[in-house]
Amino acid sequence: MNMGGFPILSAVTFLPLIGALIIMFVQMATGGNASDTKSEGGPVFMAGIIITGATFFASLAAFFSFDASQSGYQLIEEMTWYGNVQYKLGVDGLSMPLILLTTFLTPICILASWGSIKTRVTEYVVAFLVLETFMIGVFAALDIVLFYIFFEAGLIPMFLMIGIWGGADRVYASFKFFLYTLLGSLFMLVAVVYMFQTAGSSDIEVLETYAFAPGVQTWLWLAFAASFAVKLPMWPVHTWLPDAHVQAPTAGSVVLAGILLKMGGYGFLRFSLPMFPDASMLFQPAMFALAVIAIIYTSLVAWRQTDMKKLIAYSSVAHMGFVTLGIFAFNEAGIQGAVFQMVSHGLISAALFLIVGVVYDRMHTREIAAYGGLVGRMPVFAVLFMLFTMANVGLPGTSGFVGEILTMVGAFQVKTWAAFGAAFGVIFSAVYMLTLYRRTVFGEITNDKLLTIKDVNAKELICIVPLALLTLLFGIAPQLLLNMTEGATLRIISLMAGG
Amino acid sequence: MLDYVAMFQAIGPELWLAGAGLISVLIGAILKDAFNRISFTYGAFVLFGAAGLALVTLEGGEAFGGLVKTNTFVNAAKFISYTLAGITLMMSEGFLRRHQTARYEYVLLMIFACLGMGIFLSAADLMTLYMGIETLSLSSYVMAAFHRDSPRSAEAGLKYFVLGALASGMLLYGGSLVYGFSGTTNFEEILASEKSIGMLFGMVLMIVGLGFKISAAPMHVWTPDVYEGAPTPVVAFFASASKMATVIVFANVLFTMFGDVEDQWRIIVAIMAGLSMLIGSFGALTQTNIKRLLGYSSIANIGYALVPIAAGQELGANALMLFMTIYAISSLGLFAGVLAMRRRGGMVENIDELGGLIRTHPWLAVSLSILIWSVAGLPPFGGFWGKWEVVRAGLSSGNLPIVIVLVIASVVSLGYYLRLIKIMWADEPKAAFEPIDKSVILTVVVSALLAGVAFLFFIARLGEWTGQAAAGLTP
Repeated sequence: MNMGGFPILSAVTFLPLIGALIIMFVQMATGGNASDTKSEGGPVFMAGIIITGATFFASLAAFFSFDASQSGYQLIEEMTWYGNVQYKLGVDGLSMPLILLTTFLTPICILASWGSIKTRVTEYVVAFLVLETFMIGVFAALDIVLFYIFFEAGLIPMFLMIGIWGGADRVYASFKFFLYTLLGSLFMLVAVVYMFQTAGSSDIEVLETYAFAPGVQTWLWLAFAASFAVKLPMWPVHTWLPDAHVQAPTAGSVVLAGILLKMGGYGFLRFSLPMFPDASMLFQPAMFALAVIAIIYTSLVAWRQTDMKKLIAYSSVAHMGFVTLGIFAFNEAGIQGAVFQMVSHGLISAALFLIVGVVYDRMHTREIAAYGGLVGRMPVFAVLFMLFTMANVGLPGTSGFVGEILTMVGAFQVKTWAAFGAAFGVIFSAVYMLTLYRRTVFGEITNDKLLTIKDVNAKELICIVPLALLTLLFGIAPQLLLNMTEGATLRIISLMAGG
Repeated sequence: MLDYVAMFQAIGPELWLAGAGLISVLIGAILKDAFNRISFTYGAFVLFGAAGLALVTLEGGEAFGGLVKTNTFVNAAKFISYTLAGITLMMSEGFLRRHQTARYEYVLLMIFACLGMGIFLSAADLMTLYMGIETLSLSSYVMAAFHRDSPRSAEAGLKYFVLGALASGMLLYGGSLVYGFSGTTNFEEILASEKSIGMLFGMVLMIVGLGFKISAAPMHVWTPDVYEGAPTPVVAFFASASKMATVIVFANVLFTMFGDVEDQWRIIVAIMAGLSMLIGSFGALTQTNIKRLLGYSSIANIGYALVPIAAGQELGANALMLFMTIYAISSLGLFAGVLAMRRRGGMVENIDELGGLIRTHPWLAVSLSILIWSVAGLPPFGGFWGKWEVVRAGLSSGNLPIVIVLVIASVVSLGYYLRLIKIMWADEPKAAFEPIDKSVILTVVVSALLAGVAFLFFIARLGEWTGQAAAGLTP
């Protein structure tokens, strides 16, 4: 509608895919698919960064033509596709921040891989670009079938990314990731088909106002939850996440934690709450219980980890517990907090995985025990690591604080016990993060190899510093984000109330 | 007086096939081995011509005093089957030449097999039906054993023949029961007649006989063995053209002859669907031979195809046609991929031989991956719409259990599809295959582009076409 009729959202969504196709054809035409070992693939990385950078600026253009004061969907593009299934894109205050997060993180991921991914660079960059298209599509889709297509299609590049460029156990991890997620998604597909048959439309705007019978809602809700709970992930279906994270290459972990997990929370907010309000109410206590278990249990598990990536992976599960808590509080503070927490966790966990990647590239181990005394050798690294440790703990002044406090306030208004339980998570997160920090950064240098380790280089700084700035910015001025999400949040609440 | 125009409108493609087939018998008898070289071009011309005629006469008609009656539903299936058979024939030539079996008899058998498909698709009478099925089956048995010097091929042919003859017997017995109790062999009159218990017996036996031909569980056991032993291009024919035709005739028989007792057969078909999906998916998990694996995969896919049939004509016909069209094209592409697996003068069939294909043959690997994802029904590839329609048909007929089985089978089947993907993308590369025939690589790439990519975007066009086809069935 805006931008003089230019389909800006389609442009943002498909720019990376088009770029990927171009890279592929150029590579095939020049016979460059033997790029295995001989070249570092510099030009390909460069092309990837240019394309994702362009996508980021395109998404900024979309953002500037987006009016945060309106609560409904904007920048809508519609086209009939197949029967009543439409190609329909649009954004509201809920999806816009997540799209920006996606387009912001992807160039960072590709830059971070430059140098650490040395084999089959073309395929790697292509997989990343394709993945970006699908991730943006998930957040921009306003047709439930289109959403499903993007949602599920994202599995393919991620599977390849873990399976080809992953660690020693990559095959196991990639299969587990794929099959776990797929089983959940297929139940969602059945529910989608049912909704499509019953309501006669797959338009999200229509389905939001369609009143499904309460008994039916329960089953539909469960089918959707099967998919989103795995994706989020919630305890007890979180076990694929640590495996996937540990085996994935650094940038793979970054998108996994930064964006893919957010699809679960986004799904709950976009579908489960407005479309099945009765069922959501029904399952509120169960979801709270699972969230609290996730927060406490996975925090404790994180504490005992010896692998840095695994620790952060478990901490992600705990932080996603706060998201669940906020979403199912059904009030403004809770939902605003959940969206805020998703964005904030997207920045913080992405940065933490990049930080682990920094030392992993140098030492080729993620064992916490192999480190110690890094502060003397890598002062800049120590400062950045400190900042994100504190942000992950939820120190006021960082974005992590705002998300946690809002979700807990939201939950407190509804179920005091849930907020009480979740508060332990804040304490435990300090325990495991500070333990991690102390054991890697402080103390004596016990590992001789660390004596020659170099501090973060310019490329790594370019990757991490923007994340640091945003974390601080949102910590100090949360209203920047909250203003954007307010309209959409109120709309979800009014839809739940039957408006 | 015969009305030639009406006859042509009803079974033009079959008349063309029969004439062209008989002429080639004569040419072969006169020219002997000299005919081998050009016979493949001739055969492809005949088959594509038949496909064209099927399109021209899409509306169909009635002829031979009601022995044949065609409509858009069966003619659409004919068009696809003939086209796929023609492509299969073109791919076969290089393969057969390498094995010194590029003889014109192969072309003849293919033409007559297609004639059989055409006849049973056109059938409006039990006799025509049986005649067509036997024509296809007998040609198929010989084709399966076409590598007569290879024990595996001979074994496959024999196995197929023995079991196939049993199934034909069942079909015949079922047909005779139906005839005995209704007193007629005409489909429409059978539909109109009272369905006594004896007729239902006949119906069940016919389902068993036809179920064997489409390799639905529990009549599936021959499939992996025959797929493994028979020459690969022949398997490509079985798995695409022949499968398309037999599945459509399976549906057609149930819809047009037993449409009034849907409640009786829907449950049988649903059980067959569930068993096929589960047996196919679990069976394929442990296979290491690519042809056996694809054999099990085809059993599972027949299970998916039976779901819309079990939903009944009204809800399922369109979905069935759409699913089968996409599947048959993908299946042909996959077997064309197997044809490309050739090293040191022989075929290699272990799935590990595909190791690192993405680096040795990127085009082949990407196309095969698209086909595999598509057959698995994963978005964003065309096969997703096939599964979408199948699930829709299953749900709207209120058959939730079968849909749940479908979900489970889909996840299990991803176990082996992903293994293939992993081998092609992540494993260490093996030596490159021998140079691949142009026709083979073209088939793989085009079928991937069509089934995997084009149908994703232009599904509305395909859906319109299959909808038109399904509308040809009189309610």
